Amino acid sequence: MFIRLVTVALIVLTIIISHSFPWLKTPVIFSLCNGLAVLGVIVLIRAGQVSFGHAMYSCAAGYMVVFLARAYQLDGLLLIGLATSVATVFSALLGLFIVRYRGIFFGMLNLAFSMVLYSIISKFTTITGGTDGLSFTRPPLAGFVLERDAFETALLYVVLACALICGLLAQRYFESAPGQSLAAIKTNETRLEYLGISAKHVFWMGYLFSGFLAGLGGSLFAIAQGLVTPEAGYWVRSGEFVFIAILGGSGHAIGAYLGAFIFEFVRFYAAALLTGAWQITLGTVLIVIIFLAPEGLVGMLTRFRLPARR
Amino acid sequence: MTTEMFILATLDGLSAAALLFMVALGLTLIFGVMGILNVAHGSLYAIGGYVAATLGLAIDKFGLSPALYLPALFLAAILIGPLLGTLLEVGLLRRILGKEHVLQLLVTFAAFMILEDVQRLVWGTQPYFVSNVMNQFGNTDVLGITYTNYQMIVLPVVAAVAYYGLRYFLTKTWLGREVIAMTFHREVATAMGVNAKLVSLLTFVIGAGLGTLGGALASPSTALLPGVGADMIVQSFAVIAIAGLGQLGGAALAACLIGLSRSFAVYLMPELAVLTPYIIMVLVLLVRPEGLFAATSMRRI
Amino acid sequence: MKRFNRKFGLIASMMVVLTLWAQLSLAQEKPAELKVGITTYVTGPASVFGVPAKAAFDIMIEEINAKGGIDGVKIAPFFIDEGVGTSGVLSEYRRANQEMGIRVMLAAISSGHCLALAPVAEDLKILNVMWDCSTERVLEDAKFNYVFRTQANATIEMVAAVIYLLRTKPDFKTVAVVNQDYAWGRDSWEIFINTLKALKPDVKVVAELFPKFGASDFSAEISRLQALRPDVILNTSWGGDLDTFVRQAAQRGLLKSSTFVMPLLESSMERIGDAVPDGVIAAGRGDHYFLHPETKNDPAHVAFVKKFREKTGAYPIYPSYHAVQSVIALKAAYEKAIKANGGKWPTIEQVAAAMKGLEFKGFGRPIKIREDGQGMEDQLYGITKKVPEYPFPVLDKMMFIPAELVTTPVGQKSPEYVKTISPEILKKEFKTYNYTK
Repeated sequence: MFIRLVTVALIVLTIIISHSFPWLKTPVIFSLCNGLAVLGVIVLIRAGQVSFGHAMYSCAAGYMVVFLARAYQLDGLLLIGLATSVATVFSALLGLFIVRYRGIFFGMLNLAFSMVLYSIISKFTTITGGTDGLSFTRPPLAGFVLERDAFETALLYVVLACALICGLLAQRYFESAPGQSLAAIKTNETRLEYLGISAKHVFWMGYLFSGFLAGLGGSLFAIAQGLVTPEAGYWVRSGEFVFIAILGGSGHAIGAYLGAFIFEFVRFYAAALLTGAWQITLGTVLIVIIFLAPEGLVGMLTRFRLPARR
Repeated sequence: MTTEMFILATLDGLSAAALLFMVALGLTLIFGVMGILNVAHGSLYAIGGYVAATLGLAIDKFGLSPALYLPALFLAAILIGPLLGTLLEVGLLRRILGKEHVLQLLVTFAAFMILEDVQRLVWGTQPYFVSNVMNQFGNTDVLGITYTNYQMIVLPVVAAVAYYGLRYFLTKTWLGREVIAMTFHREVATAMGVNAKLVSLLTFVIGAGLGTLGGALASPSTALLPGVGADMIVQSFAVIAIAGLGQLGGAALAACLIGLSRSFAVYLMPELAVLTPYIIMVLVLLVRPEGLFAATSMRRI
Repeated sequence: MKRFNRKFGLIASMMVVLTLWAQLSLAQEKPAELKVGITTYVTGPASVFGVPAKAAFDIMIEEINAKGGIDGVKIAPFFIDEGVGTSGVLSEYRRANQEMGIRVMLAAISSGHCLALAPVAEDLKILNVMWDCSTERVLEDAKFNYVFRTQANATIEMVAAVIYLLRTKPDFKTVAVVNQDYAWGRDSWEIFINTLKALKPDVKVVAELFPKFGASDFSAEISRLQALRPDVILNTSWGGDLDTFVRQAAQRGLLKSSTFVMPLLESSMERIGDAVPDGVIAAGRGDHYFLHPETKNDPAHVAFVKKFREKTGAYPIYPSYHAVQSVIALKAAYEKAIKANGGKWPTIEQVAAAMKGLEFKGFGRPIKIREDGQGMEDQLYGITKKVPEYPFPVLDKMMFIPAELVTTPVGQKSPEYVKTISPEILKKEFKTYNYTK
């Protein structure tokens, strides 16, 4: 109940803030996009696995957006759909192989694949624009050709809708049988197998879903930024996703967005106010969270309940 | 690929492997005992290098004997390794032993971020480069190619000494055996009378010392600047993933594998040089999902 | 009738007020201060450029403000750290504009950031001066009204490198490259080799090495180059990568066995000077140098170098000079626009219009901004030489390669243009300056 209240409050706040302070629109969009990718990481964290390479799906989707936008005059929404599908298929294929691994090996394999992708993108300068990346002009959105300001407002609502739907979807998934089996991989995989459930299959589904979320976040991010660089797939980005996931907490889908907002704004203000010391700030915030609220921000929310009605 | 090229590539690969190995050795030792992958190890490497460079500059500034250049590298590692190691162990790692692996990793990652900024605040952003040791040791020509003795001889020798020294310590001394007992089972070892806290601290300090030593020894041949630690930590992770967690000998082999493959790639396929650690990792894990020398672990049902 | 009069009077007076108000809002009010956003690297590897550049910004802005600012308006800088990455810079840039009302920006060092910011500046009508990034793609791939560059670009720099190389060492057969594996390393090699092949078709490329950005060890690359013994080796690296490479290569004698072309060596010279032998072709991305043969005794330049050394303990390097150029150009553009506006404070649009065709002088030769926004900055190239006056090598046999000669014409694209450069270009006579105390 309380979480639902927070969700509604967050949505209302997002809308109010972006309309009264137009410059906040971009950071809000960026945070929501990050939040989507982080939600993907959270899906895996529920299975006790951390991926240090999930930015590769965001990056792959981002490049798909750019390639398609530059080659054909497609609608923004279509671009998002196509790019996300490509990232999902990509994660499904890679997942076939990766879901066999656990723990540090799972993390490192994801990292290895993301670095291979990163290097390939950086190297094929003629196709990918190298490390400077590729930019593209604003695509029409649902058939409307918009100026930057209107475009951003429209995009904000698209991103918000995506975030909300995916949040609900993820929550449904967590509560469903496959979602519960996924969580069982963390607690005791062998027992899961003894129940006659294929842990690999369950994990593969989770991996696929997480790839989809990361891809969706990445394609929206690309559209918002109008530019994609290989930086989007670098391991530091993947590390950020994990960072945010811990910050927000994996107990509930809302954690991803809460974490992403806090992360974006802490970094933003730390970079602006304490030029040159934003890493200290972020690091300290993370340590404090882990020690005081190991369940993340979500953990703090669920512990704090509304008084029950009598 | 001629024999000549083979020899050259091997020489280059070994010196790179030696440095990588020393850093990875500390990392894998700490993992073996504490079960924590310490991302802040990268910072230890960087800070070890910075302190060594500072000492090297100080020797020149105060006109001390050039004979001190090499000892200064070790002194740097001994000064800062145990100090930072103790700080990290007592201040952070000891307090997260019971937490989830993800959280442990993230705590060390946070420490890494903080130390990264600390480095910048202390040493600034301009590259540090103190290469007097390397000049002091002179060069040797191999097949018409000039090699520095420092990279060709000193680094591999120190790495080998570190490896055999550590092995001797672990297998032949009482304390070392306690460390090994801890890697098998912390609780049982404690029940047998091993002072777990002390052994953990000791292991961490040794591991941290190896990290700072790696940085100190790298400092004569490389520029120190913000970000050197991050690069090293990713490569060391690759080394211990290939080797299998907590495997000392495996780490030596994996470091050589990465070092050599990179130098061979420079001759054969330069574009692949950057990718070699990752490609090897993928290939090894395909065949051996828990690394080359993974110990079989018990299943909990 | 009375009523009508009253009504009429009211309407008339309202109209007067409205027109007055409209006129007032047309004539830009002189602000209390001119807020200028400046992006630079305070963190990350590129802070080797960003930090000395920031020092130069501080010095120049302080000096201008001490003399009354621009037409009495003082400059208030607002620094943005580029070290936080592209999306962070984009957010901060927009915040500076939309929250703080900054409409003049000096951005950026990173070519990637310039490519990302230019369209945003155009959309938000921000006057954006690209003060240090080198990519020629920004102004060649799109047309901007608000985006300018107060320095040269990668094409100018690399074509000049080829010309200087062929003038000083015309007879060589083989060439190799060791560049950082990122956009600048790749692009600069592309321009260099295509120009070289146009001017000297028989040249043979023996190795193309792109070690990763931030590599700490170049041993394998150096061994391979020693085995191949190319006549000429190009290295456009900078910062820690360049320092490491030069140290390791010098130690192993590679710097002497091949002729090196290092177009960014000037920025590392003071740090690694003791390792650099004589005879390396070096430059610092443009027409500026603390020992610039034509301006080193200009009082303003001497004063700047002195202040800079007092502040940082080092000699100014090229990003510092690029910072100077951008501030001077901005001031010159404002003054030009004020003059054109009959002495009144100009709008951003008027300043942007004044930028086109603007001529200004930093601490080098005068620079003109072309109609597409590109700065026409000559290129100073030279050869390293050890001298007793400095603990690091200085540039000798300095030559200025004029920008008109080596800049891609408006409307053309660099990759095609460099292939059409004819050997006629080598016949031009340039004055050579030797190092003097």
